[in-house]
Amino acid sequence: MSLLQATAVRKAFGGVVALDGCSITVEKGSLTGLIGPNGSGKTTLFNVMTGYEAVDDGEVAFDGKRITNAAPERVFQLGIGRTFQLTRIFPRLTVLENMHVAAQRQGLGGLFGRWSSSKEHARALELLEFVGLTRLEDVPARNLSYGQKKLLEFAYVLVAEPQVILLDEPAGGVNPTMIRYLTERIRALNELGVTFLMVEHNMEFVMGLCDRVVVMNHGVTIADGEPEAVRNDPRVLEAYLGA
Amino acid sequence: MHLILDAIITGVLSGGIYVLMALGLTLIFGVMDIINVGQGALVILGAYLSYLLQQQLHIDLFVGLLITMPVMFALGVGLEIAFVRPIRWERTTLSILVTFAIALLIQGALSLGFSSNLVQMHAWYVDRSFQIGGFYLAWVYVFDFLLSVVLVIGLYLLLNRTKFGAGLRASMQNRTAAELVGIDVERVSAITFGIGVALAAAGGMAYGATSAFNPNSQYDLISRLLAIIILGGMGSLRGAVVAGLGMLVIEDVTSVVWSPVWATTVFYMLLVAVLVFRPQGIFGQLAGRRQ
Amino acid sequence: MKVLRPASLLVLLALAVTFPLLFPNPAVEQVAVLTLMFAAAVTAWNAFSGYSGYISIGHAAYFGIGSYAVAILCQDWHVPGGWLPFLLLPLAGLIAVVFAIPMGWVALRTRRHTFVIVTIAMFFIMQLMAYNLRSVTNGSRGMSLPIPVHWSGAFYDIPFYYVGLAVLLLALLVSWWIRNSKYGLGLLAIRDDEDRARGLGVRTGPFKLTAFVTAAFFFGMVGGLHAYFVESIFPSFAFDPLNDLMVALMAFLGGLGTLAGPVLGAVILVPAQQYFTIEFGKPGFYLMIYGAMFLAIILLLPQGIIPALRARFQRSEALAGPLRGADADGAGGAALAGDGEAERGGGPA
Repeated sequence: MSLLQATAVRKAFGGVVALDGCSITVEKGSLTGLIGPNGSGKTTLFNVMTGYEAVDDGEVAFDGKRITNAAPERVFQLGIGRTFQLTRIFPRLTVLENMHVAAQRQGLGGLFGRWSSSKEHARALELLEFVGLTRLEDVPARNLSYGQKKLLEFAYVLVAEPQVILLDEPAGGVNPTMIRYLTERIRALNELGVTFLMVEHNMEFVMGLCDRVVVMNHGVTIADGEPEAVRNDPRVLEAYLGA
Repeated sequence: MHLILDAIITGVLSGGIYVLMALGLTLIFGVMDIINVGQGALVILGAYLSYLLQQQLHIDLFVGLLITMPVMFALGVGLEIAFVRPIRWERTTLSILVTFAIALLIQGALSLGFSSNLVQMHAWYVDRSFQIGGFYLAWVYVFDFLLSVVLVIGLYLLLNRTKFGAGLRASMQNRTAAELVGIDVERVSAITFGIGVALAAAGGMAYGATSAFNPNSQYDLISRLLAIIILGGMGSLRGAVVAGLGMLVIEDVTSVVWSPVWATTVFYMLLVAVLVFRPQGIFGQLAGRRQ
Repeated sequence: MKVLRPASLLVLLALAVTFPLLFPNPAVEQVAVLTLMFAAAVTAWNAFSGYSGYISIGHAAYFGIGSYAVAILCQDWHVPGGWLPFLLLPLAGLIAVVFAIPMGWVALRTRRHTFVIVTIAMFFIMQLMAYNLRSVTNGSRGMSLPIPVHWSGAFYDIPFYYVGLAVLLLALLVSWWIRNSKYGLGLLAIRDDEDRARGLGVRTGPFKLTAFVTAAFFFGMVGGLHAYFVESIFPSFAFDPLNDLMVALMAFLGGLGTLAGPVLGAVILVPAQQYFTIEFGKPGFYLMIYGAMFLAIILLLPQGIIPALRARFQRSEALAGPLRGADADGAGGAALAGDGEAERGGGPA
């Protein structure tokens, strides 16, 4: 069943049409890859689906509910997490503090309490261990290496226990060992029921991990199916190699 | 009705002077992302310089600009290189403190040099008026306005018809990209700052010819200028023009229709009112949601 | 962060409490009173601007509002000199809050850079109002406050000292509390990446406004205290743009975003300011000195003293993992080079 869906989305920036009636369906429990040449609209689609951009036309739905143009925090609360191409962590906060920002307590009482309750602390440490960043809790996030920052961002998105995670170029600028590690972490979470949609340029990564691949070009999806099928689809080859 | 028309015309003419001063400020912000809170003090410095040239060397105020503008341009470039360029961290905030400090230095120096007595520049066009419609207007207002028009056109041509101007506009839009295509952004910044200060020199002369001033006037000036550029949209040249003229017209009309005492307050209230509905100013851009 | 152990804190507290007894010189006490007042204001300012990153160079407006509030209340309610006016201070703070809420709301709608200017503009609006609302504020003639005639010359500073100390301790307490709470974490996140923080559910609007207003409250109290201390106020004096600059400068000097920084900044700069005012009386001269002083501080010590000290301590500790350099947290620092490049050094630490 479809968990996250965008239907006929249009988005233009001034004269540039980024999304031209784009539709995509992410099945629950799937590992869906989103690929396409530069400028095909992948990040814009992400932004639109997570509330960072408003649509000019079209709809976005999550679990059957309409979330078109919802604010990013609402999207997050509903259970959709996302990471960014240029990793966005809080540089001057420590790793642990970064994790706690994502753990927003309800109610006023939560505000005045210490910023890390024991339950949250335990969960934060658990997640940090999951991504392999234990021992670095008190390090200011900006002192982490690029790969570690990616892991941190991944970890704090997990704090809210999202149902679906949108990853924007998770393997970008990262060495092969780290890629293998990431792949393994993503698979582990997927087995626990988390759905993934990821934008990637690294074909090996996508083909190796995803069970379904969607291809975009010029603001629309041009192919959708299993990795092998998509890889050999002439339209896809033309999109990447053609003018 | 007559009085209102009067006020509108005066507003437009004196607005031109503020536009001149505000343009420098918004230009500097647009290119360098820094806020030159010392612009008021620099304007007053320009005013005193023009005054000095006239008093000591008997050089006409407008002619004197041929001296004061280049001198202040050089000063601006020097200030940028010495005090603004070294700021690497929290540029915008620290630049406010730095330029405020420069303003104090200038104000202090001027106080020492000239005392705090109000100064008024005189020339035939300051003291004599001509008649238009049913009221009198000092010639200087017209000349000042013409000066503004000339300089604004000059600035426009510089920005849009010269290679330097293209580099400047590119730096305004995207500093990093500009650097990547070979534009020496630091040089552009220094020159832009210089231009901004040169415009302050012109504005200073224009201002000084129409109002009495002393070193302390810099506070009133800078608060107005800041209000103008926020209202117009920070970094927007069009905005500086529209807001400058608009604010002055409204202030002058209020002065006539309601009371002079409240006119200045209305000036700022207008700013606040606009911000409630349009935080980015008239021509400004809302910070888009980042990637 | 723990720069000082609890024991040394107690020692400092004891010193602060007994200071007037140790140094009975009225001139010294006077400077001390002013130092405490500024320290309280800067601490509160830092709790907003330092934590959230929204630099307000206009909070001195609330200082002015507090000053006038106490003056007007004393006048209308016929409050005599002595201990009573001190009770008005919290009220002055609340009055400042009443102004701060709408003003803060409007100002916080703007971008961070515009915000700074808007606060300056609002400051000048309030100054203008003080001049123009003559029926309320007596315009440029100023207002005077009740004089505690029973307090002899030597004794005069003492009550002000302790009230000032109390306000400072309260400000420090609030600032400390915020720092360690979830709320404070939210503010710090806003400072680092507001949009991302908002996307994660941090309620940025209310958070910022609350901090803004809290700072205003303390500025109002300090303004009221100051007005009572100097016995008379004028629009240009109660709403003095130099106060804005001094507050920001003290915070930057001590270290923006730290707890001890504001106090340290005040302890250094207030006496320095007083000294310069006395030594170089001629108005032009001391303005130039201020200007030069500010420039020197900003250009030479951009991070502030506390973070620089901290960095020095941290450099000597062993650090795990591929760390770049011991930049202290809490007050920024050069952005890491190498962001965006392929990760070096293998997988996760």
